[in-house]
This record gives sequence, structure tokens and C-alpha cells, in this order.
Amino acid sequence: MNTSRRNFLKVAGLSAFALTSGMAALGGTAQAQIAPGRYEKGAKALTAKRWAMVIDTRKFNGPEDYKPLIEACHKVHNVPDIPTDQNIKWFWLDKYQHVFPDDMNPHLNERTKKASFPLLCNHCTNPPCVRVCPTQATYKMADGIIAMDYHRCIGCRFCMAGCPYGARSFNFVDPRKYLPAEAPNPAYPTRMIGVVEKCTFCAERLAEGKMPACVEASGGKILFGDLEDPNSTVRQALAANFSIRRKPNLGTQPGVYYLI
Amino acid sequence: MLEKLLTGSKTYYLWLLFLLVLIAGCGLVYLNQLQEGLGITGMNRDVSWGLYISQFTYFVGVAASAVMLVLPAYFHHYKKFKRMIIFGEFMAVSAVVMCALFIVVDLGQPQRMLNVMLHPTPNSVMFYDMLVLIGYLGLNIIIGWVTLEAERHEIDPPKWIKPLIYISILWAFSIHTVTAFLYAGIPGRHYWLTAIMAARFLSSAFCSGPAILLLLIFLVRRLTGFDPGRDAVKTLTTIILYAMCINVFFYLLEIFTAFYSQIPGHMEPMLYLFSGHHGEWGWVSYWMWAAVVMAIGSLVILIPPQWRTGPLLPLALVLLVAASWIDKGLGLLIGGFTPNMYEAITPYAPTCKEIAVALGVYAVGALVLSLLWKIALGVKKEVGHFSD
Repeated sequence: MNTSRRNFLKVAGLSAFALTSGMAALGGTAQAQIAPGRYEKGAKALTAKRWAMVIDTRKFNGPEDYKPLIEACHKVHNVPDIPTDQNIKWFWLDKYQHVFPDDMNPHLNERTKKASFPLLCNHCTNPPCVRVCPTQATYKMADGIIAMDYHRCIGCRFCMAGCPYGARSFNFVDPRKYLPAEAPNPAYPTRMIGVVEKCTFCAERLAEGKMPACVEASGGKILFGDLEDPNSTVRQALAANFSIRRKPNLGTQPGVYYLI
Repeated sequence: MLEKLLTGSKTYYLWLLFLLVLIAGCGLVYLNQLQEGLGITGMNRDVSWGLYISQFTYFVGVAASAVMLVLPAYFHHYKKFKRMIIFGEFMAVSAVVMCALFIVVDLGQPQRMLNVMLHPTPNSVMFYDMLVLIGYLGLNIIIGWVTLEAERHEIDPPKWIKPLIYISILWAFSIHTVTAFLYAGIPGRHYWLTAIMAARFLSSAFCSGPAILLLLIFLVRRLTGFDPGRDAVKTLTTIILYAMCINVFFYLLEIFTAFYSQIPGHMEPMLYLFSGHHGEWGWVSYWMWAAVVMAIGSLVILIPPQWRTGPLLPLALVLLVAASWIDKGLGLLIGGFTPNMYEAITPYAPTCKEIAVALGVYAVGALVLSLLWKIALGVKKEVGHFSD
């Protein structure tokens, strides 16, 4: 978030200066006005070299168990419930065959076949959405989180074509019409029409020292931590259990792991 | 030369009036889209690009196809194309204008489109697509205008235009290659992830673009008496035929790879396009089979030389344009997004409002083309380059 705001201010200042004075060559001066270190992480902020998530699907018994997580996520981020196929999804459920379509086994055990699996942005190490975005409205932060600048997005939806996980939603209609008059969480922005959005790994909560909303609501069934730290909970869980990721053959290196 | 626009027949003015009314009407629908958002279209979370982007893609091809006249004329000194070349260049201009508009109407936040220039992103193919399209538009406007002006004064065009023309020939290939890269570099979209995409785009462009040009030239011949020349038409038809054969061949290569390898991801988009889902045909399946029939029909007429030069030629060209439009203007996008990222089916069909906005863009293209061609025809008539 901080990086985005700094870049935004830099570019906004630079463009305004260049446009008004017509002397883009002096842009260096404008840039220097924003002193490095003006924005710093809060003292309580949770930090990591590479945030990652491990979902222990074995501990969830059916879609009901995921409901509080979805509600927590959607409430914290003012995600509207739009009853059409032009809807917004940050954290949602689907069947094994749709979540892991490359693992085509007609003789899966009944439990897996019938179970619901949660989907969210994978915060890939090698994210195609960031590669294709023509305005850097979607970008990778130093801690591995793929973030969005809703105010820079032009709504071209190249990122939606690029994401192999269907993690991105476009505001085809005004999302505020589908939210209560007072936004569920006034501290997080509601979105405008015509921009793309997705799960942010709760970057804004991490900055305040809080775990992501779904992790908090899961009561320990979802782990969240630093993938680069061998002693983190996620690394320990991955070392002790068999885990899979979605479409690993595409080389995107998803940051969300599933224990099956 | 702009004064050529001011004198014309009643039909000419009625045509312009019709286009303006059409643009105004469709413009109102676009205003509605600006207010309501892209929710008025048939696009959805899983099929996030639709008619607009597919039309953009198709018309990049039409723009690039001008090179099929320019290349023989300037690289091979094929003089017989000289009379017709300006119409190809001006058609490219109107096609690029349409491309730009199709992108604009597809944006969720069109007032922010300059962000692409304010935050230049060299890792995004869309950044390069913007660059090459703007460059190609400029090249064709300059080359077309300067050569036409020289023709009017019955002098040779200035020497500095030659390098620009050579650049424009290479540039034409680049615009459609880059447009193909928008699709062909995306992981996980099986129908698009193919190295032959750019080659397919070019071959389909080089048959459909000149076919549209010839059809329009035939119309102009009937309306004004302008004659492109028998040999020029014959040569261009031959070029169209070869490009169409290559286009069909490339599609068959795709089918071979998918169905001989039997890899489900490669087969599924084609199976969906041609046979729907679970035995139930979607609307696009009928269109795809119509495209197959029309492609074969066009080749049946174009391959025998006596038919190719006979009265059936316009029919063959119409069939070819329709077939290539369905392949690239419908099948490409729908096949790319179906099955979706969960290997499930989310149907897409453009809405009436979406079609109206697209029609409006077509009308703007037709208006630009009509005005530019009016100037070109006026100059040709003035200097007596109207027929043999």
C-alpha cells in the first residue's frame, strides 16, 4: 500500500508538473521533492519476505464451515453480492474438479469429489496479471502481495484474460448499489464502476498488525506466514503435510497451498 | 484537397447524413453504457472480453492488409496496383480509427485511458499495441496524403516518402503480430496459447482485408465509374486466394495438434465452438459451421481461374469475408474464454446495446472511409486516373 501511494504521488506530481509547465525534462526536480522515508511501515505492521497461505481443507466439513470466512472477507472489503454472472468474488467456493481441473481423476474418493474448496487470488511469484497490465495498476509488492490501484485501473480487463485462476472481478455495474447505504467497513474503500478488483491478502490489515480476515475467522484452519522463513507456521505445515497448488504447470508459482 | 468533400451527388450527401444519424443514435447507446457501465453488455466475469475486443482484432487485420497492395507496388514495382493503392491506405486509416474506438468503448474507465502513456509499461503487450497502432495510423495518413497530393500535381512524390513507405510495409506486419501477442502470450487460455497465432492472424488479414477492399472498390465502380484495372483486380484476387488457402491450412494445423495429441485443454475450446457442451449446440456453433461452409464455398469459386475472374467473384469475396469474420470476430474470443478457468462453461452472447455500440463504431469507420475515398476519387477524376 505504501509503495503504491508513493508511486502514485510521484507520478501524479510529475504528470501535473509536466502538463502545466510543459517541461517534462525538469521532472527530476518534482521527483526529488518526495523525500524517501516519508512513508514508513507502522510499528505494529506484520512483515514478511514472501507472504503465503496454507489452507487445511481436511479440517473443513462442507461449505457451511467456510461461510464465516467468506462473510468476514466480504464485510471487511465491502464486497457486494451481485446476483448475476457479472458478480464480484474475492473468496469463494467451488468443486475439486473446477479448482484443480488438471487433476482429472474419475475415481476420486467421494469426500474429495463432494467437498467444497476455497478460491482466492494466488498472489503468484510470477504473476501474469502484473505482466499484462498496461498501467501498472496491478503490481507486486516487496512482500509478494499482488496489489491493485483502483484509481489507476482503466478497466481494460487484460488482467482478467491473463489470470489463469479466475481470481479477478470487474465492476460491470456500480457495486455501491449492491451494498447497504452505509458501507459495512467504512475504513476500506468501496469501488467505483469500471475497475477490476480482487483479494489483497489483506495488505491493509497486515499493515496494522492484523492477520487476514479469512485467516482470523478460520480459527487456525488457514495458516498465513512467511514462505521464506523455515520456522514459520506455513513452512512447518508444508514440511509436515502433502500439499498442492492450483495449475502449477503454468509456472506462476501460486502463494496459496492446499492440504488435501 | 479537402474541397473535394464539398461537391458531390445527392446520394453522397444522403449517405453522409445516414451515417451521422446512425452515429448519433448509437452514440446515445454508448452514453447509456458510460452511465450504467459495461453491465449493459453480455460480457461477464468469465467471458470478460467480447464483441468489442473481437472487432478490434478483426480491424487491426483489415488495417494491416493494405500492405498487400503496397508491398507488390513498392518492393516489386508492380505498377498496376498504383491506381488502387491509395484506397488501401485510406481504408487502413479508417480501420485503425475503428480499432482505437473499439478499445475505448471496451474500457471500464475510458477517461483514464491516457494512463497507458502516463505510466508506460514495457512488459505489457497492450503498451506496444498502442504504439504500433498510433504509428501505423500516422504513417498511412502521411503516405496517403503526400502521394495523393503529388498525383494531383502530376509530379513524383517527394523522395523522403520512400523510406516511410518501406517502414510502413514492415510496420503493417508488426501491428497484427503484436495484436496476436495480446492473446498468444497468456498462460492458461488454451485456444490462444499457440505459436501460430500471429501467422494465423496475418494470413486471415491478408485474405479478408483485400477482399473487403475489392468489394468496396466494386461498389465504387458501380457508383462513380472508377475502374481499378482488370489486371489489378486479377492479381489481388490471386493474392486473396493464396492467403485464404494459407489461413485455412493454419487452422487445420491447430485442429491436428489438438485432436492428434488428444490433450483435453487443446481440444475443448474447438469442441465447444463446433459442437457445444454435452451435445447441446450453443448459438456460436451454428455460426462456426456456417463459417466452414462459407470458407469452402469461397475456395470453390476462387480456385478455378475461369470462376475466379467471372461474375461469381463478388459472391466468393462476401463468403470469404463472412467466414473470416466469424473465425476471428466471434470464434477467437468465445473459444478463448470457453471453457473458462475452471474448465466449466459460461455462455456469452452480445446484447442488443452492445451490438448497437459496435455498429456506431462501424459507422464512424464508414464515415472516415467515405470522406477519404471521396477526396481520392475527386483527385483521380481531376487528373484523369479514373480508368484505362
